[in-house]
Amino acid sequence: MNCFAINDLNNLRYGASPALMRHTAGDAGSGCAAQRRLGLDCPALRSKKMNCFEISDLNLYYGDFHALKDINLNIAAKNVTAFIGPSGCGKSTLLRTLNRMNDLVEGCVIQGCVRLDGEDIYGPGWRGDISHLRRRVGMVFQKPNPFPMTVYDNIAFGPRTHGVRRRYDIDIIVENSLKDAAIWGEVKDRLRQSALGLSGGQQQRLCIARALAVAPEVLLLDEPTSALDPISTGKIEELLLTLREKYSVIIVTHNMQQAARISDKTVFFLLGEVIEHGDTESLFTRPSHKRTEDYITGRFG
Amino acid sequence: MRGRFDEQLTELNNNLIEMGALIEGAIAQATRALERQDVSVAKAVIESDDLIDGKEKEIEGRCLKLLLRQQPVARDLGQVSTALKMITDMERIGDHAADISAICVNLAEQEYIIDLEPLSRMAQVTVSMVTQSIDAFISRDVELAKAVIARDAEVDALLVTVKKELVAVLVRDHAANSEQVFDLLQIAKYYERIGDHAVNIAEWVIFSITGKHKDRQVF
Repeated sequence: MNCFAINDLNNLRYGASPALMRHTAGDAGSGCAAQRRLGLDCPALRSKKMNCFEISDLNLYYGDFHALKDINLNIAAKNVTAFIGPSGCGKSTLLRTLNRMNDLVEGCVIQGCVRLDGEDIYGPGWRGDISHLRRRVGMVFQKPNPFPMTVYDNIAFGPRTHGVRRRYDIDIIVENSLKDAAIWGEVKDRLRQSALGLSGGQQQRLCIARALAVAPEVLLLDEPTSALDPISTGKIEELLLTLREKYSVIIVTHNMQQAARISDKTVFFLLGEVIEHGDTESLFTRPSHKRTEDYITGRFG
Repeated sequence: MRGRFDEQLTELNNNLIEMGALIEGAIAQATRALERQDVSVAKAVIESDDLIDGKEKEIEGRCLKLLLRQQPVARDLGQVSTALKMITDMERIGDHAADISAICVNLAEQEYIIDLEPLSRMAQVTVSMVTQSIDAFISRDVELAKAVIARDAEVDALLVTVKKELVAVLVRDHAANSEQVFDLLQIAKYYERIGDHAVNIAEWVIFSITGKHKDRQVF
């Protein structure tokens, strides 16, 4: 319950008081101002929304295979939502659907609505383009995948793609993104070195920083710590808990304890269906469905 | 897949049943010592309290190990956390049986000043409350746990009965038997506390099934 209270307070503060916002967002009127001036809206200034995604009657087929069945799900904004379930249950498929990563999968048919901030990204009238969608909905994968370029250029890549040109602005975005991803202290002296020289945990946080650089609203993470050691995992988990103040975070994880540690909401998937969606604490202590209980207690899966 | 874990949970339940049998036995024996004024039985109860304490430590260790190694969730978490809470009350019940026995050693040479019937009745009721509270845990039976809680009123009423009789004796004999009056009153109070601990156990049993402890939603 306390977590929610703190979230609300921060949201109010960001919305209501520019002075406080500046104070919170860091130095120089910060990347926030820079990003806004450049037409990238700043997550810290966004109004409070209840849901970041509203999914209704979503069905997804890979050829004959019915991978997602009648998904109806509202995903709370500025929360960490964990998707759990056995392999092949559809959780990663749904995650990828949220920023249209299945579009190029051959034989993939998607029916239903996925509303991002009220706008159906699969609707016939959807006017956005994919790169705009992926700016708003960032993604981090299981295996860290930094671009083979310098640390600085990895972060600058997105903003440059979206038209940020001034060196000063990019500097600020790079610094703030790396700070938000809790890796600034470790890389500030090696911004001009190759990102491939970083450790796995650092690379993963760099990838998170890269996603944050374009000021997304939602961050999707597909098993972001499964290739990392416990220390790096701990750092990423800590990071996600701070990110939820500004971003909506959705994480697919096979690690049940991880879901229990860091998420506010948990969604349990089985055979392409959402079986249960609720507050993490109640789902892990008093699941409403027997199949949820059987899965989280290790009776199958 | 969770064969080992299920085995460990069964062992935990068996331990609780064993500890339950020990404390039921302790109350029954303490009562026998009281009724028959048998010092050797009383002393045996006092000595056997170490066994009960040892059992508590054993179960406590087992629960902590399960929390560490299995990181239980849902029903499993309810079972392990409830066991941890229950054994504290069970250990106290053992202490009270020993307390009763210690007083019985004092009383062995004296002629009782009141009819022991209401005290014996307290013993019967509380022993069965203890048994049922542990049974309720093993069989996950909320109704049985509620029945245990309901029976506490009977024990409380018996305490009032005993107290009134003892006060009457005190007045009648002009405090001549005051020492025995207070000894018997203390024994009655210990039985009453045993009933309270059985109620605590029953409340934790309800928590383990519903997530609610005394109307507070813990989970």
